[in-house]
Amino acid sequence: MSAAEAAVKFVTETPEKEITRVKEWINTEEYKEKNFERTALVVNPAHACQPLGAQMVATGFEGALPFIHGSQGCASYFRSTFSRHYREPSAATCDAMTEDGAVFGGQNNLFEGLENAYALYKPTMIPVFTTCMPEVIGDDLNAYIKNAKKKELIPADLPTPYANTPSFNGTHIHGYDAMLRSILQDLTTDKKIEDKGTGKLNIIPGFDGNVGNLREYKRICELMGIPYTMLADVSDVFDSGCDGEYKLYPGGTKIEDAAESINGKATVSMMKYSTLNTMKFINCEYSGAKEVLSMPFGVKKTDEMLLKLSELFGKPIPEQLKKERALAVDAMTDAHQYLHGLKFAVVGDPDYLLGIVSFLLEMGAHPWHVLCSRATKKFKKEMDALLESSPFGEGCTCYINKDLWHMRSLLATDPVAGIIGDTHAKFAARDAKIPLFRIGFPIIDRVNLHRSPVVGYTGAINMLSMIANKFLDIKDETCEDQWFEMMR
Amino acid sequence: MAERKPIKGITIESTEKLIAETLAEMPEKAQKKRAPHLGANEPSASPCAVKSNKKVVPGIMSQRGCAYAGAKGVVWGPIRDMIHISHGPVGCGVYSWGTRRNLMQGIPGVTSFPMDFTSDFQERDIVYGGDLKLEKLIREADELFPLNKGMSVLSECPVGLIGDDINSTARKMEKELDKLVVPCNCEGFRGVSQSLGHHISNDSIRDHIIGKFKFKEEAGPYDIALIGDYNIGGDVWAAKPILEEIGLTVKSVWTGDGEVEKIGATHSVKLNLIHCYRSMNYMCKVMEEKWNIPWLEYNFFGPTKIEESLRAIGEMFDDKIKKNVEKVIKKYKPEMKSVVDQYKPRLDGKTAMLFVGGLRPRHTIGAYEDLGIQITGAGYEFAHQDDYDRTAPEMAKGTLIYDDVSEFELEKFVEELKPDLVGSGIKEKYVFQKAGIPFRQMHSWDYSGPYHGYEGFKIFARDIDMAINSPTWDLVKSPF
Ligand code: SF4
Repeated sequence: MSAAEAAVKFVTETPEKEITRVKEWINTEEYKEKNFERTALVVNPAHACQPLGAQMVATGFEGALPFIHGSQGCASYFRSTFSRHYREPSAATCDAMTEDGAVFGGQNNLFEGLENAYALYKPTMIPVFTTCMPEVIGDDLNAYIKNAKKKELIPADLPTPYANTPSFNGTHIHGYDAMLRSILQDLTTDKKIEDKGTGKLNIIPGFDGNVGNLREYKRICELMGIPYTMLADVSDVFDSGCDGEYKLYPGGTKIEDAAESINGKATVSMMKYSTLNTMKFINCEYSGAKEVLSMPFGVKKTDEMLLKLSELFGKPIPEQLKKERALAVDAMTDAHQYLHGLKFAVVGDPDYLLGIVSFLLEMGAHPWHVLCSRATKKFKKEMDALLESSPFGEGCTCYINKDLWHMRSLLATDPVAGIIGDTHAKFAARDAKIPLFRIGFPIIDRVNLHRSPVVGYTGAINMLSMIANKFLDIKDETCEDQWFEMMR
Repeated sequence: MAERKPIKGITIESTEKLIAETLAEMPEKAQKKRAPHLGANEPSASPCAVKSNKKVVPGIMSQRGCAYAGAKGVVWGPIRDMIHISHGPVGCGVYSWGTRRNLMQGIPGVTSFPMDFTSDFQERDIVYGGDLKLEKLIREADELFPLNKGMSVLSECPVGLIGDDINSTARKMEKELDKLVVPCNCEGFRGVSQSLGHHISNDSIRDHIIGKFKFKEEAGPYDIALIGDYNIGGDVWAAKPILEEIGLTVKSVWTGDGEVEKIGATHSVKLNLIHCYRSMNYMCKVMEEKWNIPWLEYNFFGPTKIEESLRAIGEMFDDKIKKNVEKVIKKYKPEMKSVVDQYKPRLDGKTAMLFVGGLRPRHTIGAYEDLGIQITGAGYEFAHQDDYDRTAPEMAKGTLIYDDVSEFELEKFVEELKPDLVGSGIKEKYVFQKAGIPFRQMHSWDYSGPYHGYEGFKIFARDIDMAINSPTWDLVKSPF
């Protein structure tokens, strides 16, 4: 027998005993400790890469065609992700760099791509952002785009804001930030007119996969009689009707409105962490007041938002919203018994987490494990302070830069009643035999949740119903006959 | 094979006119590049005139993915007892986590790994290289998931650009762990589509896995391997029982619900049966050359093709198997007839257009035809010439063939040909549904399936009927 033949191994079966041992072991404290010791491996992360966030922003302006400078495969991943979540088309084009691009840079791809994209899809704006590849080789987007205009491949006056969105830095929320800043910078150049305000409110929703939330913000403004411009408004793009005609550009913030936004009366960001740099720019350049609000999850944060808007615009809180507040409080007092004292795990983006935790605390529930798979110490500090602000936050822990496999260990060793997060948390939930409440992005295994707001008073009722009723369903489905009752 | 009957209203001239009109709206350079990829079908032409496997034309909104997608998503991901490491930044691994529907048995995290393992590259990894991190994470993975039967290291775009050497790291770790650690240099910028990822993965399997294992039991005369079935929506679980019913022993599956050691022992089988020719023909050819194993393409979509395929498979074996084949065909005939009787009256005369990866457009034609549906247009994301050559004879004269079709083109084509159904992917789905055109995702079986085998045809027929005849389409046109 040759050495090579001797090296051939038999096909093995893992013994049942071994399987049982490991199956039990991964639920232990010992395993948890080992799991938390890892420093290189990431398992089941709960965040995506920068260009995804950039694409969301780029989609939110009327007639804008997101343009990805880099690998074709990335473009397909981003588009698929949005289409799966929203169940909507997600148009974006890419200049499909390949090996020669890696050697010579991507200028030729960008030239050809811009020319074709403009000719075929006739956009009003082409926001350009990058995948890993051109970021690693160091393509100079600024020069490339200028050159493309010089060569008249696209009209010189076509807005072509660009953002560097390297995936090896930050997450999708940072890509959102970078692209938004760049678009606003581009569109508002030379648009500032001193003493000629539009009187409008600019609202920046942030990386929010829930179009119901965006619509809720707009509805609130309308109820308060505040004229507004929502910046990067994806609501009508990622939630458009079916009427027999496909529209490539079904909505979004009007380019003129975005340009005028620099002369607004006030600008508010609803998500601090996905608009840090954008707000820096706005603080320097925009007219009017600037505010970063907490996402209005639950009653208190919604109160805060309304009071702030009322203050900024000198408008009273309308009767309708007072009524809605009372309805939300009514629902929460009625149903508090189904949530009070229950422990929850929460996973998601920083601003969502702060909002959900605030809501849980209001309900008398414990946000026991709060996990953000990429966040700063600043965020952790803010979260810790929020937890400390309520007796229901006692004993709760915030984990940053941990993933859903860490979460699995937490659930196995320190159980909770339910987990709140996006679809990716479903494996952890299943292993822990607890329900997953789908709030976040992406939700790719349930229909229509992205249409039902989780912010504002309406959102509070929606969340509450979703959570309380699920626990009641579980009770009805799993209790023994003698405990099965008409009323709950 | 008899040529398909022409389809009413479709001629070579009408199709060529449609193509010309569509191209006319493009910049000249793009026109020139795209023209060879679009054509009116000439069933007897060999080779098929439509060109393929060329670079995406920048900016046209192609539906293609990348080499990494072809490697991780297609070939490696379905191997259930290996840990597949998405090596590079976080994105690729997250987007491809659980989004292909290659179902697998096992206990997740214990004996199977339908998860996302990544090195989540940060700036410092780009600057200083990721080899040491890779080494470390392989150790960590083996410690936390001790029942893994090996690992694959799948490079993402940056890895190849910063000069990392995953091959030597893999070699080192394979020695250290005494377990398979297989490097796969499938950076997304390589090649022009998913296709090169398939090829690179096949090469890594050839170099690192095949021939490294042997079955404990003696080889039998009816041992076969199932190649290129990825168990989408449970396809393998519908196909394998048929092969077993005709008396064959399926020793390994590549790679749906696959087990790596069995894949590594495949060289002892008597025949390789290949479903997805595009993604795995390379390995069949390697096994043929090196171990003299013949291979046969088969098609388990719809009763007509299943019967044809079973008989062809029978021809490769003795009378016992041949007899079994006839028995099995006879056994399922009544059931298949009742499926056709139930759905065909509602579907007869309808038309469909298809645009999928590298196999299904041609492979599913028979199943549509079993239901009375004719295919008026077909094309692939990442097929090659040999795929188009296999497609042309399955389509009627003058029907439309499109390679790497852009959203712009497909929209025009559908608008003109007005099919009753479009079968394509998630990125296309809602475009057409907005226009009121019934649609099924043909990569993921639209979260249904299996579609392979006799079991699968029942579900396929139900789904296609449901898509085309859903009363919801009647609501699209508003009365006001
Ligand atoms: S991580 Fe990089 S290569 Fe992967 S999808 Fe994101 S941009 Fe593309």
